[in-house]
Amino acid sequence: MRKKHLAIRLKSLPVSLLIDLRALIIMVLLALLGLSVFVYSIGSGEMTIAPWNVLTALIGQGSPADEMVIQTLRLPRALVALFVGASMAVAGSILQGIMRNPLASPDIIGITGGASVTAVAFLTLFSDWGARWLPAAAFVGGSITALLIYALAWKKGVSPLRLVLIGIGINSAANGLTTLLLILSPIYATSQAMAWLAGSVYASSWETVWTILPWFIVLVPLAMILSRQLNAQQMGEAIATQLGTSVQKQRFLLILVSIALATSAVAVSGPIGFIGLMSPHIARLLTGPSFGQLLPVSGLIGACLVLVADLIARTAFSPLDLPAGLFTAVLGAPFLIYLLYSHGRT
Amino acid sequence: MFQRILPNTMTRSIGLLISCAVLVFCLIGSIKLGLTKIDWNAMLHAYGTANPSEEQLVIRTTRVPRALIALCVGASLAISGALMQALTRNPLASPTIFGINAGAAFFVVLAASYLSASSYHTFTWIAFFGAAVSGSIVYALSSLGRGGLTPLKLTLAGAAITAFFHTLTQGVLVTEESTLDEVLYWLSGSIVGRKLEMLTDILPFFITAWLVALILARPINTLTMGEHIARGLGQKTGWVKLLAALVIIFLAGGSVAVAGPIGLVGLVVPHIARTLVGSDFRWIIPYCAVLGGSFLLLADIGARYLIMPGSPLVDLLSGLGARTLSDEVPVGVITALIGAPFFIYIARRSITE
Repeated sequence: MRKKHLAIRLKSLPVSLLIDLRALIIMVLLALLGLSVFVYSIGSGEMTIAPWNVLTALIGQGSPADEMVIQTLRLPRALVALFVGASMAVAGSILQGIMRNPLASPDIIGITGGASVTAVAFLTLFSDWGARWLPAAAFVGGSITALLIYALAWKKGVSPLRLVLIGIGINSAANGLTTLLLILSPIYATSQAMAWLAGSVYASSWETVWTILPWFIVLVPLAMILSRQLNAQQMGEAIATQLGTSVQKQRFLLILVSIALATSAVAVSGPIGFIGLMSPHIARLLTGPSFGQLLPVSGLIGACLVLVADLIARTAFSPLDLPAGLFTAVLGAPFLIYLLYSHGRT
Repeated sequence: MFQRILPNTMTRSIGLLISCAVLVFCLIGSIKLGLTKIDWNAMLHAYGTANPSEEQLVIRTTRVPRALIALCVGASLAISGALMQALTRNPLASPTIFGINAGAAFFVVLAASYLSASSYHTFTWIAFFGAAVSGSIVYALSSLGRGGLTPLKLTLAGAAITAFFHTLTQGVLVTEESTLDEVLYWLSGSIVGRKLEMLTDILPFFITAWLVALILARPINTLTMGEHIARGLGQKTGWVKLLAALVIIFLAGGSVAVAGPIGLVGLVVPHIARTLVGSDFRWIIPYCAVLGGSFLLLADIGARYLIMPGSPLVDLLSGLGARTLSDEVPVGVITALIGAPFFIYIARRSITE
């Protein structure tokens, strides 16, 4: 298959991009899909609002009732879904690139596990402090876990396989602790904790948006800039070193970015499974392994998955408001398997 | 990448003998230690007397079944983990990745909430069925398309199906809150209150699979050199992979059926075995069996002591307002807690890339 490319070179800045046209088309399509799901999701619910009215309400020209519902309830929730999905997907892509392992994701190396321990401990033991501190609790757990994993994996530098194995060890210890807490806690706290563990965006407010937004704005562009190094790292340590990459430093930065993205996402939404693991694979099957296009595509896929999952969770079983995490795998797994199958035949 | 400690047949045989001695030691410890104190004399004559004492009844009804279950489940999980890592050529793979635990858990939760099944004995067959269903789905999906079963396809299909069943389970649990209390213990992996019949039901599957695993050791050695080399040497790789998959489904499915999903044994023990004997599966499989059995027996003994009334952990937690436990901690929690530091040590030691 002949590939068409679009070259972008800037004269004043040291920036040069070679974009695969097919990937560009896929990106545009995914962005359009994401946007329409976003608008449709904001419009649907107890009170249905037509897409056009949604758009006018978003720019402050709609009817006051529409604006009230959209701006205080639905818009923050949709935004959080979007940010969480994209963050998890980008974090997963980076980790898979560094580890050179298709199983790597924020879930498997223990970030979400560590965040879950502190969040569940908070829900079961310190719940009288108020739900406002839950994201902070999860964030602290995730960060401590990440530090622990990195410190334990350090032995004159960090090898990816050692990092991911130690992550798995930490993750299962964290899962053990979570289970222990679930068993020891009263049953009402247990079911509350189970709902958090399924991963949801239903308690989102503007405060939640402001919690995740700074991280998202700083880290995602940083990931895009660093992604050039990922192409080299993916070929293995020896080749990357020969290509002039300072492997340890870049690896540290990339892991830091990915961990921060994952932790901020888990802190606001709980561990929405599957996104960090599967979005990168779906993206790779769609566009190929080059990270310049893989990161944006997988970010878009992650965002779309969480938006659609939350839409279903919110509306399909109304008046029940289910966690979005229940539907991400149900949506994504069949799609991934279809891609695997059709990919195997060509 | 992996350094091995025991380099030749001589040291490996001695190592295996020592491991067997450790296993026997753990077995005796598992029967003797616990809340009910048991003296040696009562233990020796537990099965000989016509009118057993209270201690001997505890041995017959609780301790011995529990020790045997821990032994068989530990060995099976470890062997299936080793095979899984060989099939996927991924050191991170474990039977969990074959979707087996997730499938079993889903079917059990489904049966508990909609068919009101509640005894552990019914769970056994439901879980075994669920494990077989999801294992077969994963195998079928990963063999689709040209090229047959490749490690990448197996890994991805397994991870996808695992995530799929896992979220379905969570969905049922979130909507049916009353089920949660009933299955929480089962879901965390426990061998408390399991009867010997549950093991004997599954035992034929276990024994067949253990034997097939030993026979498969040589072909798997060849297969791990790579698909092309194995074919070039005249191996029918498709059959080897199918048999290995069946063995994994029998062993891991049987284990989850008897004891619920117990994590980390299938991941840690193969690594320990490989650190000891290198990459020869003729040695890895027996080592996995013996070490896996000991590992789960030890974890089970630990489970009895961690939340015994009066232990420091119980005092700490009840001080924080947790509900007091009448039962013991599920062994799945202990394998995770004691296995993790061990696993981290092995990872630090053996990978000197």
